[in-house]
Amino acid sequence: MTQFLQEVNDRIGGVPIQRCYHCRKCTAGCPMASEMEYNPNKIIKMIQMGMKNEVLNSSAIWLCASCETCISRCPNNVDIARMMDVLREMAIENGISIPQKNVLDLHKAFLASIRMFGRVNEPIMLAHYKLLSKDFFSDLDMGLSMFLKGKISIISPKTKDMASVKKIFRDTKQS
Amino acid sequence: MKVSYYPGCSLHATAKEYDQSVKAVSAALGIELKEVEDWSCCGATAAHSTNYKLSVALPARDLISAEKDAMDVMVPCAACFNRFKSAQHQLKEDPELKKEIEKVVGKPYNGSVAVRNPIDIYANDIGLDTLKSKVKKPLKGLKPVAYYGCLLLRPPEVCQFDDFENPVLLDKMMTAIGAEPKQWSYKTDCCGGSLSISRTAIVKKMADKFMTMAREADANCIVVACPLCMANLEMRASANVRIPVFYFTELIGIAMGLQGPRDWLKMHNIDAAPLMSGLGLL
Repeated sequence: MTQFLQEVNDRIGGVPIQRCYHCRKCTAGCPMASEMEYNPNKIIKMIQMGMKNEVLNSSAIWLCASCETCISRCPNNVDIARMMDVLREMAIENGISIPQKNVLDLHKAFLASIRMFGRVNEPIMLAHYKLLSKDFFSDLDMGLSMFLKGKISIISPKTKDMASVKKIFRDTKQS
Repeated sequence: MKVSYYPGCSLHATAKEYDQSVKAVSAALGIELKEVEDWSCCGATAAHSTNYKLSVALPARDLISAEKDAMDVMVPCAACFNRFKSAQHQLKEDPELKKEIEKVVGKPYNGSVAVRNPIDIYANDIGLDTLKSKVKKPLKGLKPVAYYGCLLLRPPEVCQFDDFENPVLLDKMMTAIGAEPKQWSYKTDCCGGSLSISRTAIVKKMADKFMTMAREADANCIVVACPLCMANLEMRASANVRIPVFYFTELIGIAMGLQGPRDWLKMHNIDAAPLMSGLGLL
């Protein structure tokens, strides 16, 4: 039970989350709490109780929008925003089938674009996302409207020194 | 003054009007911009959500590139700004990480350049009085609510930018150019960020709330400093509650009588022309 708590604390590398005295300021200010099955305060309590499976399989960790309201308001400086990043990394590493698959698919498509061009090429990134998520029909009108306004170009300038970008991806083990 | 300029991916695509208006306003205020050489993406939410080291290494590559020019780096996109500030903070706090990231990027990182948003540079280096003195067409009748969002302000010890619960710089800037900013309680609320594409329904609810509350505050438009806030408010809000949204630089450009505003506003999803021509501002 302590192993999970210890690992989360080590990876956050800041204030240990036992410091949380459950004032729930994080949750009161969280714009996504109402969409989560476990709010940020519950996630902390569950980590304290060693509920690794429930936490890493939750939708909540993927619905966190990283707005950083929680860490800004926490009276004990518990870095809940970083904690959510750590939990997402652990969920991926543990091969968990992500309940909010679309969220992760978008991240994958986004990173693939950087890996390929050094920058995000939006049409290619979104096409890739649609292939991954199989969500083919949403936002087509939005894409067309942006294209007509000249905001989306199929060919956009890329980073020249792509070797340095690819090295970053390789050395940080980002597949 | 002269600064390095990091546009980031959005300003070359969905936020073109932000790029063009930052450049026009900066030139008119006597700020020369030099683009960071061969920049790459900051990694945004996708990197920090999935791979901590990648999320530090990507901005570090750009910061190292900017260090060659030894000038402050202007970063208009709030998301890039936040990733740059976070990387700087983490590299300063963690010497082990710094060593590792230098190896990954293949070059030494000195931490010698300051990362700054144009709001900060315009308000603190140029000054609100100077800005006011350059106004040719005060934005009389324009009643914006200032929407700062998350990433310029939080966490405060990383961003070191205005008050993180009640920021005022954008409001003051709006007053300086003759607009009448309205007070509201949603200045620093989250727009839903990158969930816009993957969890659209949630973000739609949020955008509708902001539009409704802006109207309730008697505002006739919203002013932003972030391409993500702009996209979510403009593209996700329902037709029956929409009011125009502007980048703060577009409004400064209009007030200073610069060339370009008509082209910038044409790129908006919510047509701002009826409001602006009704007020005689365009």
